[in-house]
Order: sequence, then C-alpha cells, then structure tokens
Amino acid sequence: MILVIDAKIGNIGSIVNILKRLGVEVLVSDDPNDILKANKIILPGVGSFDYGMEHLKKMGFIQPINEAVAKGKYLLGICLGMQMLLEQSEEGKLKGLGLIPGNVIRFTFRDTSIKVPHMGWNYVKFSKNKINQKLDKNRFYFVHSYFVRTEEKYILGKTKYADNIFTSAINKGNVFGMQFHPEKSHKFGKQILENFVGLK
Amino acid sequence: MRKRVIPVLLVEDEGLVKTINFRDSAYLGDPINAVRLYNDMEVDELIILDISATKENNGPNFEMLHSVVNECFMPLGYGGGISTIDDIKKLFKIGIEKVIINHSVLSNNIDFIKEAISMFGSQSIVISVDINKNFFRKYVLYDYILDENLKTDIKQYLENIAKLNIGELFVNFVYNDGMMKGYDIDAIKNLFQNISIPLVVCGGAGSLDDIKQVLDNGVDAAAAGSLFVYKGKQKGVMINYPTQSELNILLGEYKYEW
Repeated sequence: MILVIDAKIGNIGSIVNILKRLGVEVLVSDDPNDILKANKIILPGVGSFDYGMEHLKKMGFIQPINEAVAKGKYLLGICLGMQMLLEQSEEGKLKGLGLIPGNVIRFTFRDTSIKVPHMGWNYVKFSKNKINQKLDKNRFYFVHSYFVRTEEKYILGKTKYADNIFTSAINKGNVFGMQFHPEKSHKFGKQILENFVGLK
Repeated sequence: MRKRVIPVLLVEDEGLVKTINFRDSAYLGDPINAVRLYNDMEVDELIILDISATKENNGPNFEMLHSVVNECFMPLGYGGGISTIDDIKKLFKIGIEKVIINHSVLSNNIDFIKEAISMFGSQSIVISVDINKNFFRKYVLYDYILDENLKTDIKQYLENIAKLNIGELFVNFVYNDGMMKGYDIDAIKNLFQNISIPLVVCGGAGSLDDIKQVLDNGVDAAAAGSLFVYKGKQKGVMINYPTQSELNILLGEYKYEW
C-alpha cells in the first residue's frame, strides 16, 4: 500500500489520480501514524521550502518519515518533496529532512535571456538503473526555480537547462527524489511511477 | 528543452466557449470532453480560463476542476475568480499546477499576490495581462471586467509585474482573439524585450506556422484557443492538436544527448 503524505502543501490530486490508474492501493493521509501502514511513501510538494518544512514539522511528520526510512521503507519525494530530502535550501531558513546529503540552490544565469523558473518539458539522463526501465528516450515536466546539489553517488538523473546540467533525480538506498512532476508527464510519468511502485 | 504549445480553453457558466475579441462567446460543448481529448493527444500543457467567475462574483468551480484534473496527466493552469489564499490552496490540492490571476484584479490584490508567492513559491503564480489597441492604434491594457482600455503605460506596467517575482506572464492580445490571422509579432518584439520571466502569448494563431513564428521571436510558450478547437475553413468545432511527429518537424526533436 502506498501512502501519499498530505501535509497540506500541494497537489496530491494528480498523484492519487495517476496511482489509481496504475491500479495501486493508495492511502492519502495527514496523519503521521498512517506511515506505519504503508510500505511505500510518496511526499509531494508545491511551494517554498520553509512553507513545506513548517507543515511537515507542525503536522508531526518528520520523525515518522525518518523512522520509516530507517526501517527500509521506500520514500519518494516529488518536486518540493525532493528538495526537502536534502539538508538545507537557499530558498529558506529551516533545515530539510537531511535524508540525502547536499543542499538546494537557485538557478542563476549570466545570460539574462534564460528564464527562471525552469518551466517545461525536458529530458532526464539516468545514471543508475533503478527506476528508469523503459525510459531511454523520455521527457518530463519541470517547473522549479531551485535545484539540488548532492554527491555524485546519490545522483540518479541529470537534466540540461541552458548551460546548466543539474541533478534532476536522486537516490540513496530506499530514498528517491524527482525534481520533475511524474504525475504531469503523460506516459513517461506513468512509467516511472510504475517502476517505483514495482520496487521490491 | 523545447518550447511549449498550449491550448487555452475558455469556460463560461460551465460550458466551453470561444470568443472573438473577447466578445460573442459561442458555445462549443462540455469542457471535460475537450480536456479528455487533449490528454489523449498528449498536449504539453493546458490552460483553462473561467471568463464568467469574477464578473459573477463567483470563486473557482472546484467541482468541475476536480473532474478536469482527473482526466489530465499534463500540467494545468487555471484562472478565473481566484481571490483568496484559500482558493489557491484548494486549487493546488486538486492538482492544478499554476494559478492565473488577471491584471484587472491586481491593483486591489497586490498583497495577496505577494503572500501567495511567499507561501507557494513563485513558479506556480501566473499573472495574465490583456493587451488591446486603442483608437490611435496604440497598445494599451484592457480591463475585461470594466470592458475598458486603461491609460497605464504598458511597458512600465509589464516590467513592474515581472519584478513581482511571479512564475510566468500570460499575455492575451484582445484584438487578435479569435481572428486566426497570426500573432502580432511586432507588438511582441516591441513590448517584451525586458521581460526576464517565462512568457506565454495568446491571440491570433491560425496555423502551426504561426506557432513556430511566435516561438522563434523570443516567446517561451505559444498558446492558442481557436486553432485547437476549430478545424477547416468552415470553422467546424473539433478539438485538435499537432502530433508529436508534427511538433518534432515544426520545432525540432527533443535532445537526448549532451
């Protein structure tokens, strides 16, 4: 059973929608105790870093998430959910979950014609074979102004935007993160979520 | 990253409509059907604008939007009747990617916009600006609620808006709405030189060549209404969108190597 954390920080509707289409048993919950019931957890998020971390803290999710990860349960952070997996972000003052070492910084380009946020469809070059089955040629939807930086060994996928090749997917053990929105990426998103759901 | 091509759906009292110069809305059918078709056609993104909500003092139609999101595996932008932080929270929760707020309601709501940006991050807040031509063929802002051209200095206004740190600027050309004779490339070159945030332009697209032309002129995404709901010289109603092959030929293929 997959738990989608509803920390009141965004778009659970589409994620639940796509998971149901995949025929997966989904529970949406704002109760941290429900983490115990799930074997996979998805942390979505739209918004600013502190907004997200404040909600996770206030609703009592931080410790249960950490415990679940320590027990070996799979955790997938999407968009802001991925950024919150890191230690800190330039966008905010609060600490992140720190489940993956690294930080989050803002896109800056010397060429002022390059727009921020990075908004649109882009390709993810996967470096580890974990959840990228059937995704050699892909495109996913991105909409973000900040990107993560982490150690090479935790990089799962990279994406090129203008002259910046940034980390667009991360993985450390049972923890995964996707900067893009699989729930908004048509068949590519369905495929990658299917791959995540299929992890043993 | 390839530039986006975005159908814009206008909704009036729960029906799908199409306007000409922001007037004379013609009823086209059920919006949910259109959304389902666009989803099947794998559109890059979809924008839905409720043109009656603010005028009728209604908030967003959450129920309809919930049904719409259920049909969509692509990003959705929604505008119409958004006036509170709570509206925005609800829209994001349903699964809307971006909320679109019209410039006509901006002056009373600047603080609300700034609060929304600090809570939700700038990338999901879009401001839409409607541009018209006045009697002297000068570009002016158009207030769709008052049905009036405004005297504000357009270039300065656009620059001020971009400084608000919003995610995207959505510009609608009123005089080209429904005309299908091409985008106003001169206006686009003239008015948006100093805009450093993503720019989506709508109004005038009559063919895929028009789409290519506007994207070649500095715009980040090309939006269209009539082009994607009408087909043929008789303008029969048919939801349509180019195939990925057509888009590959028009705009180039995605780059898989670097």
